[in-house]
Amino acid sequence: MTTTTDHPTTAAAAVSSPPPTRERRIKAALKHTGLLVFVAFMVYPLVWMVVSAFKPADQILTEPGIVPTELTLDNFKDGWHALNRPFSVFFANSLLVTLGSIVGNLFSCSLTAYALARLQFRMRKVYFAITLASVMLPFHVLVIPQYIFFSQFGLVNTYWPLLIPKFLATDAFFVFLMVQFIRTLPRELDRAAWIDGAGPFLTFWYVILPLMRPALVTTTIFTFIWTWNDFFVPLIYLTRTQAFTVPVALNSMVDSETQSGVGMLFAMSLLSLLPILVFFAFAQKYLIRGIATTGLK
Amino acid sequence: MLTDEDRQVRAAPEQEEPAAPTKRPAFHLNRQGRAAHIFLIPWQLGFLLITAVPLFASLYLAFTDYDILNPPEWTGLENFRRMVQDDQFWASVKVTLVYVLVSVPLQLGFALLLALILDRGLKGLAFYRSAFYLPSLLGTSVAIAILWREIFGDDGLINKGLGLLGIQGESWLQNPNTALATLIVLNVWTFGSPMVIFLAGLRQIPDELYEAAKVDGAGVWRQFTHVTIPLLTPIIFFNLILQTIGAFQTFTQAHIVSGGTGGPANSTLFYTLYVYQQGFVAFDMGYASALAWVLMVAIAAITALHFLVSKYWVFYGDN
Repeated sequence: MTTTTDHPTTAAAAVSSPPPTRERRIKAALKHTGLLVFVAFMVYPLVWMVVSAFKPADQILTEPGIVPTELTLDNFKDGWHALNRPFSVFFANSLLVTLGSIVGNLFSCSLTAYALARLQFRMRKVYFAITLASVMLPFHVLVIPQYIFFSQFGLVNTYWPLLIPKFLATDAFFVFLMVQFIRTLPRELDRAAWIDGAGPFLTFWYVILPLMRPALVTTTIFTFIWTWNDFFVPLIYLTRTQAFTVPVALNSMVDSETQSGVGMLFAMSLLSLLPILVFFAFAQKYLIRGIATTGLK
Repeated sequence: MLTDEDRQVRAAPEQEEPAAPTKRPAFHLNRQGRAAHIFLIPWQLGFLLITAVPLFASLYLAFTDYDILNPPEWTGLENFRRMVQDDQFWASVKVTLVYVLVSVPLQLGFALLLALILDRGLKGLAFYRSAFYLPSLLGTSVAIAILWREIFGDDGLINKGLGLLGIQGESWLQNPNTALATLIVLNVWTFGSPMVIFLAGLRQIPDELYEAAKVDGAGVWRQFTHVTIPLLTPIIFFNLILQTIGAFQTFTQAHIVSGGTGGPANSTLFYTLYVYQQGFVAFDMGYASALAWVLMVAIAAITALHFLVSKYWVFYGDN
């Protein structure tokens, strides 16, 4: 990323920042100092967690500094086996749920969005209005009947209650996002495809879907982060240790926490954040753009 | 590379094209309708099974006594009567309102302030933006809630820091007067995501407006109050709605920090945590449904109120 560009990017910026005088430079230096202190202050808790995860457990709370005197991997080794299943099981579960949710959202939301944005049919406006309204519907009002429904089918402690809604386009925000995106694509493309003999399916698959990439990337990124971090839904549906996702496993570690457990908790917490941090490092540009344009976080 | 398209996504108004433009061959219409219904199968199933039926089911359950094992028993308004007399219900309402009213303005204030500082001609924007945004990305995770427990614990980071300054720390999480404050701090800490939206909004304000204001003799403050703020009101409104709705539904942090209890003395009993306790710990599904409906009506009312009031302070460029 261009963190230190020396050239103002627009002509207007050049107008508003005349050649640096000494006074200006001092001002800028003060501003940067202030900002860096603030950054340090904000990031300190995270750094503390990272360092603490590698400290001997008994030193974490006695020495709150971030320069460790002694490093160890014991917290990771012990934490990995702190519950009656190794954490590899929980990571595998989380991965399965996350990948499944991404596939589900990409599949169902893009189909829905294409129909709502491009095809003519009678209920179109009504369907679109329903989609918009359901963006605002709080999940808590639906979760109790959903739970009863899934439990009557014997699906508690399986991943179906987590995955089925994703394959049925219930994340209405993504449908809305994709509809808005498709509307920016020129209609002539569809018409050309139709004239060439392609029906709606081929047009969707060969013309619209490839052009929707930015919207699909945004959907993938946010589905990944939300699903990986999700706690409420897995907490309700997954009660057997074997089925836990990582957040539910961490919660269960908290419940059995003793004073010596802080190191393990930090170690496993850190590991749970790692996929998101790695993802952030690679997809930062798309992520920031996604937030700036859609307001998802 | 795609920013222009992205901008259009946001800017694209709700436009409906006429059903049959003059030159479009009409014989495609039947085929389109048939195709649409195939494309919409997942959505229709989802709307029916995951949204509509549960919505009406929970409305029905709100008027019943239901423990999942025995069939629901119609009790009329009993659940709502019970709510009025339920101290925990009122505690959770109070906790949630205090949290929303304090943390959302603080969070948005920080977001706007930092966005203004980062906006014009500052080097290293990408670095600062990422650093401030990182907490937003992680903030709702269980891992960060665990971190928060340790930061505000008796031997935690805050008390060690205060100790260095010679100040006797507080039992933050055990004291009903301070426990909620730690969660407010956590929410304020995640100001990065509204900040990114503010930055994008500031970027859209044309430089010519500032130039014109300068020519008219406006100083920095007048430029801020007469150009920046008015043109940013739609973004402020957008962030406000988004963060308010989000704050009403806070769950993870409260659950982890209090070990699922909402304690001490109900001081972190967020509304959603109470719904969860009633529904999935006590299996009092009827009462939990009634609680959930009250939340939904409250969120709808507050959102509607925001929209009504917005007429008086949100300025859209075209009027």
